[in-house]
Amino acid sequence: MSFELFVFYLFAAIMLFAAFRVITVRNPVHAALFLVLAFASSSALWLLLEAEFLAITLILVYVGAVLVLFLFVVMMLDINLTPLREGFIRYLPVAVLIAIVMVAQMVMVLGPQRFGLDQMPAPPRQPATYSNTEELGLLLYTEYLYPFEIAALILLVAIIAAIALTMRKRPETKYQNPGEQVTVKKQERLRIVKMDSE
Amino acid sequence: MISLSHYLILGAMLFSLSVAGIFINRKNVIVLLMSIELMLLAVNMNFIAFSHYLQDLAGQVFVFFILTVAAAEAAIGLAILVVLFRNKNTINVSDLDAMKG
Repeated sequence: MSFELFVFYLFAAIMLFAAFRVITVRNPVHAALFLVLAFASSSALWLLLEAEFLAITLILVYVGAVLVLFLFVVMMLDINLTPLREGFIRYLPVAVLIAIVMVAQMVMVLGPQRFGLDQMPAPPRQPATYSNTEELGLLLYTEYLYPFEIAALILLVAIIAAIALTMRKRPETKYQNPGEQVTVKKQERLRIVKMDSE
Repeated sequence: MISLSHYLILGAMLFSLSVAGIFINRKNVIVLLMSIELMLLAVNMNFIAFSHYLQDLAGQVFVFFILTVAAAEAAIGLAILVVLFRNKNTINVSDLDAMKG
């Protein structure tokens, strides 16, 4: 077994274990942390596939932003966990059955007799001077420029939607009204009382 | 050597695990969202594997867009979750029957 294959099996095993723990662990905080482990090990697998830019993006954007957002929300909500585990045992046999059937079907289609090294030979490794980021950038800013801008628009819509959904006006919050502040008259605030000196 | 089918079968196993996760955690919205993230990861794994073995960078560009959409989806989903918890004080899927669907 070559070193490359060993690394592949190691990270694949870690990723599958982490994914398994994500769906079975009781505490959602632990599930989010196992999701971080799954994403980190899959990023290592993407490095094996010479997708360096996306591997680093997965760590920076996904683990750094999206999963931290998950952790924030999970820790912010005060959840009663017991009713959420209802039906876990009841649906377990169905879930295991469906997962096994799906894997068996996909292995039959995607197995080594169709996508093995004979049909799809491994491409030669790129030289050390090759920059995946540069190639991807050249493609992204020329051929895929409009989809790239649409992606930016999708992110903008997501920002606006998330803020609009979660923003609320609390009645007890005190805030200033600048319009009323500038229209105030002197007579409303100040009263000069004449009185004799004592 | 690692063949393409190694990666494809790994993606298939990850996808099946997340489908099973949706089945067994059908009350908990947070774990449902996490399972969807795992599904997208499995899809991305397939895209990058094909991109590498076919020597075509278009697959990686597509993964880039999937990551964008997945980030937007997670942000909006979690925002909906926060609003839901604020209004109903629960995230149990079986309590969400206000629309009588």
